[in-house]
Order: sequence, then C-alpha cells, then structure tokens
Amino acid sequence: MARTEAKKDVVIVGLGWTGSILGIELAREGLEVLALERGPDRYTVPDFRYPDVIDELKFGIRFGFMQKPRNSTVTIRRDLQETALPYRQLGSFLPGDGVGGAGIHWNGQNWRAMENEFTLRSYVEQNFGAEIIPEDMTIQDWGVTYAELEPFFDRFEHVLGISGQAGNVNGQIIEGGNPFEAPRSRDFPLPPLPNTYDSVLFAEAARAMGYHPFPRPAANASAAWTNEYGMQLGPCNFCGFCERYGCLNYSKASPQTCILDALRRMPNFSYRTNSEVLRVDLAEDRQTATGVTYWDEEAQEEVFQPADIVLLCAYQLHNVHLMLLSGIGEPYNPVTGEGVTGKNYAYQMNGGTTLFFKDKHFNPFVASGANGLSIDDFAINQIDFAAEGFIGGSYITAGVANGQPIRGIGLPRGTPSWGEEWKTAVADWYGHSMSIGSHGSNMAYRDCYLDLDPTYTDRHGRPLMRMTFNWKPNDIRMTQFMRSKIEPIAESMNPDIWQSSYKAEGAQYDVRPYQTTHNVGGAIMGDDPNTSAVNRYLQAWGQHNVFSIGASAFPQNIQYNPTGVVGALAYWAAEAIRKDYLPNPRPLV
Amino acid sequence: MPLPDWKTTRRGFLGGGAGAAALTALAVPLDAQAPEPEPLESYAPEFFTPEEWRFVMAATALLIPSGPTPGALEARVPVFIDLQLTGEFGSGHDWYMAGPHAPDADPLLGYQTPLTPAEIYRQGIAALNAWCEETHQAPFAELLPQVQQEVLTALDEGEVPLPPELRNLFDLLLQNTKEGFFADPKYGGNHRMAGWTHIGFPGARASFLEWVDKHNVPYPLGPVAISGERG
Repeated sequence: MARTEAKKDVVIVGLGWTGSILGIELAREGLEVLALERGPDRYTVPDFRYPDVIDELKFGIRFGFMQKPRNSTVTIRRDLQETALPYRQLGSFLPGDGVGGAGIHWNGQNWRAMENEFTLRSYVEQNFGAEIIPEDMTIQDWGVTYAELEPFFDRFEHVLGISGQAGNVNGQIIEGGNPFEAPRSRDFPLPPLPNTYDSVLFAEAARAMGYHPFPRPAANASAAWTNEYGMQLGPCNFCGFCERYGCLNYSKASPQTCILDALRRMPNFSYRTNSEVLRVDLAEDRQTATGVTYWDEEAQEEVFQPADIVLLCAYQLHNVHLMLLSGIGEPYNPVTGEGVTGKNYAYQMNGGTTLFFKDKHFNPFVASGANGLSIDDFAINQIDFAAEGFIGGSYITAGVANGQPIRGIGLPRGTPSWGEEWKTAVADWYGHSMSIGSHGSNMAYRDCYLDLDPTYTDRHGRPLMRMTFNWKPNDIRMTQFMRSKIEPIAESMNPDIWQSSYKAEGAQYDVRPYQTTHNVGGAIMGDDPNTSAVNRYLQAWGQHNVFSIGASAFPQNIQYNPTGVVGALAYWAAEAIRKDYLPNPRPLV
Repeated sequence: MPLPDWKTTRRGFLGGGAGAAALTALAVPLDAQAPEPEPLESYAPEFFTPEEWRFVMAATALLIPSGPTPGALEARVPVFIDLQLTGEFGSGHDWYMAGPHAPDADPLLGYQTPLTPAEIYRQGIAALNAWCEETHQAPFAELLPQVQQEVLTALDEGEVPLPPELRNLFDLLLQNTKEGFFADPKYGGNHRMAGWTHIGFPGARASFLEWVDKHNVPYPLGPVAISGERG
C-alpha cells in the first residue's frame, strides 16, 4: 500500500551537486523544499574521516561510495543488432549514490566549456560547411550560449573555491593562464595548486615546443576559502586519495563542504535518504507532474510525494531513466530519428602516453585530485575540422592523481602480469613513470542513445535502461590526432621507455576497464521540442513543472570534465525558476 | 579466524583529519607492533576446503614469488583471499546477478557468468585440478613447480578448457592476489606491509603537502597502516 505524504512546493530527486544547488537556491526563496536521496546520508565525519577513508580496497576497488549495480544499473550493447547485457559490476563508469552523489568522489577538475561547444552545429556549419558533418552524427546547439552562462560559471567556481589561473579576463590575455579559454569576468577565487614533478616536466617540454601550459582548474583548495553560503574549505594536503574517496580534509569541493551544512540549517528544507524515486507522476492531461512516487527503504513501501515542482537532479543516467519510465517526452527512435528522450547519449574520448624514467622519482602518492598542467593548443576551437577530418578537440595534460597500487602500476609493455618478472618490475617502475593524457570530446550519433531494456528489470520490477554506444571513426580520428601531438612532446622529454594507448580504428567499447564517469546526454537541451527533451532552461517541453538538470542535458560531450558546466547549468536553471517561473508558472519558452 | 582488533590497540594514536600529519613525528616502539598471527601453515581457512587451500597456497606463491623480499605467502595473501570469499565480495553482494545470463558473451561486455566469485573459485579449482589429474596425473598442488608454472600460464592464456561460466578464474585469482599484496593489512594480507614496502608506497600517511615541490627527491618514510602499525 502506498502512503501519501504532505504536499511540498518543490521535490528534488537526488541530493548531489545539482540537487544541493537547486535546494538552497529555492529554499532561499522561502519555498518548502524536499530532497529525496536513494542512498545513505554522508558527512565528512564520520564517513570520510582519517584514517578509515584511506582504504584503497574498500573505496578504490570495491567502490564503497558508488552505486551498487544490484540496486541500479543499465544494460549495454554496441549497436542496434546486439543483445544488450547488464552492466553487472562497475567498470567503465562509476555513478555515485548517497548524499553528495558523485560530488564527493570526483577528482575536482572544474572546467568551463569553450564558446563554440555550446553552438557546435552552427559553428561547424558556418565555419566549415554542413557537408563535413557525417551523416550519422547528430550534434546540436545547446540553446544557451557561453555568454549567457558566464555569470553562472563564475558563481559556481566561487561557491567551490576553485584554484586556478585565469588566461582571459574580459578579453585580456593573461600570462600563465589558458590563452584559448573563453573570456571570464574575473580570476579564479584561489591561486593555482603547487605542481607535482611530472606536470612540471610536461609543461617545460610543451613550452619548449611553443605550446601554452596552464594550471588545471581544481576544486581542491590551494588556500582557505569561505563561500557565499558561509561554508569553509581548508588547503588540500595532497593525501593522494581523491577520486573515488570523500575528502578527509575539507579541501575538495563537494556538496558536503560547499552547500549542505548551510542548507540543512534552513527550516523549510528537508531531505529523506534511502528513498529511491520510482517515477514522476503526471496529471491526467499529462501537461504537468503531480509529484513523485518513491520507495521508502525503511518502511518497505511506496510513497506518493505530491509537489508543485519536480526537479530531476539525479545522475545523468537516472534522470533519463525516470523520464523514460514516466512518459516525459517521446522516447527517441534511432531508426526514424524521431522522439527526444534518450537521444544523443555520449561519453568521453580519452587516450594517453606513458613515460618511464629509471632515474626520476615522481612520488605518485603525493597527489591531489586535480593538480596538474594542461595545454589547450589543440582545443576544439583551435582545430580546422575540414582540414583534419574530424570534429572535436582535446585538452592535453599531465598531473598525477594518485599512487594507489591496486588500481594499477604502470609497467613497460611486454612485462608479464605475474611471477618473478612482474614482481621485479613493480619495484623497479613504481614511482618512475608519468603520463600525458588527452581528454577529448565525444560527438553524438544517431545510434548512440538510451531506452528501456526489453528483458532485464530492477529490484522494483522496472525495466533497466539500455545503453547503445560504441566508438565512432570521427572520434577515433580525433584521438589519433592528439596522439600525433603528444608523442613528440613525450619523446622530447627523453624517457627511457614510452608507450601509447589511444583508441584505434575498429575500437569497440569495452565496459570492463575504468574510463570515465562523464556520461552525458539523453535528456538534451535545445530550442526545438522536436529535437530536444528540455528547453534552454532545462524545463521539460511537455510538463512545465518538471526540470531535468545535469549532464543529461548535454547534446554531445564537451572536451572537458563536465562538472563545471553541470554546476553552471544548475545555477542558470535555478535563476530561471526563481525569477521567471515562480511568479508565473508556465512553459518558459 | 578473527582479525586483531586494531581499533582498540592502535587507533588511539590517530586523530581525525589533520592527524595524518602528526604520524611522521610519532615514534612507535617496536614492542608496540602487533603480535605475529597464526602461521600460514596452521591457518584454518574459513572458506576454502583443504584441497582448495593447497591450490591457493601453491598458485599465489607462483603469482608473487618469494625471494630476497616477501612474496604472496609471506604477505599472507591466501588469508586475504579466504576472508574476501567469505564476505560480500565472495557472494557478489553488490552486483546485478539476475538472469538471463550469457556467460559466453563477448568479454568486452563484462562479467556475465551466473556464478559468484566464491562459486567460481569453488568450481574452478575443482575443474582445474581435474584437468591436472587428467593431463599430469596429480592435482595442481602436487605438481612440480615447473609444471605448476606451465599450468598457470595455460590457464592465463585460456588454454585450459573451462566452461564459459568459469572463464574468469585466472583473472579473479590474479586480481585478488594483487589486492592481497597491496590492500591495507586489516584485510589479512599485505602482512607487515610487505607489498607497500616492496614498491615504496607509504600506505595511509595521506599528508604530503610539504613534499609537492620536493621534485625528484625519493620519499624517505616507510608505510603506515590504517591501524597505526608502521613498516
């Protein structure tokens, strides 16, 4: 039997970054706001405290802070003909769960996207001609521009206390920053982090080749910071346990360190954990939502939670899943190209070159999540797509994120994976290798999408979501182009050995090794209800009191880590709701 | 066998948060180290049968051999694996295990066997020993080290005929062996932080701000475990 709870003004699905931002922004308007989080509650103490969190097996390998596939997963296939099979154990990507979501276990690379990434299709058509876009590539404009989002990037960076060096403030190029970045209205809140040896060697080599190294924008505080909500961060101690871990030191920006304690103090905000939303309930005319139905783990019953506004702030995959399950937007059909919900799932095209130096000591355990130096000389706004034969770009970077030994010790290719030679090699090479990575865009394609699986169901009996995804020639050409730029840098550094790992022609998506948790798309934003699932304010086209906020809105993936854009979109949507929607609830477009 | 209760013996040395920094300044007398646990030879496995235990001891000894520095046996890797298989890892507790299963699917689609890791060890060791009996007239543990090496190599290369449900046996064994060599000692392996000492990983120190700009300088301190034990 379902019980019904008292009505709220706003119900938020998921209490990670976007849920926390929308929660505090709308609670400050005086609304009664309730967040439903399917995972457990989490606090810096006790959940991330020293020394218990410094446990590679528990958190780095057994994924203690991640979603359990038993409770929630997807099925995956590489093309329309293949039978999708469940993603039974975590590998390629690691969705979080619990309060804070993926915002607790990221490394903290907090980028803005380039101006042309928000208008990608128009940019390509105007500069290179529509004919260079492959027939099956379904890239779109976002319906929002960089200039419109700039104040919200700025605000998110100051809430998080980002450490970095501006390269372009209001059009003025600043030495030491990224000269190719879009103009920002002011510098970063905190100075850059100090640099590890590997990143300095890379930057010296890159500079000698005429490139423009700059510090990665890092959500690991380089100094004390107090944000607009009165939340405080302390300087990062380079513990070497960032990605996959909650921060023991109040240094990594997370919902916990930047928003939640301020939000919890507000009497008109509340949240319930272990409460998994099963669907959004729609009114009879399907023009609005009436609330959500969730599973109360403690009471073991379904609960109907009425609300005037429903905000989907779950992880990208779950926002799309809930929309598919609830009938929000027409499901996308890859054969006809019609429908919108599930359209344009995209990932991230990464690659790298590893350098081995017998006589250099890198101390890889001395690491923050996001310290490092990068170049954007081959960014998406620096490449002649027509001449190079691909659409996309990459940032190229070095900076060690951890030295945890189970997660892998870089060894020269050909070293046996066990036995005496392996044992000797791990002692010889641990701490003596470094990597230069390419972190690149991934375009959207007609047959890369999300829908409901016909066979597999979750513990609530709902169909699992099915992911259809594979690597495409355009993006493989992009990463091979980056390889051709990185290898000369690596060679110029005179390593004893170097080796490359980039996707090559014919590469198939492999769900086993960790690649990145930068899953995007499926509930994409845009300016046309026939080609996008939400409008430029992230409002569902068909149900004006439903907003779907997060990386699910990306029409294709940017060349950067997505969190900076996710945060900016959250503040952008919050402002539209506060200033425009609340006074007159209606479709905003 | 219960693990030593480090919480009551050593945790007092460690505060929360910034306590990590204080570790380097602490002198821990040698007699404060934990007493030696039950020797491996007389350890009573919780999961493995005697025959399985002999296999795990012999196989892990080849995967990470002993020598001038400790190998899998000195690091008590078999104990680690035994304890992992009795727990949530062994039962595939966190994983989506509902059918239908396609164990012979393209390996790129990931773990598709209906079996849990504990079941793969149980059925896999039996199948491997049966194959050893057939081809070498003795179970794995009784073969000469050279032959064991050949069998493990064949298993690694997929040349031992196993049903698809068991095809992950070698990868699982190797992964768990490395975990047992490098995981915190509280899980029963990495005894005396042998794995960390072998490569120069400082364990749970977790505070290195003063080392960020000491470029190309070897880090001088040995490892610390979550318990506070020092190597």
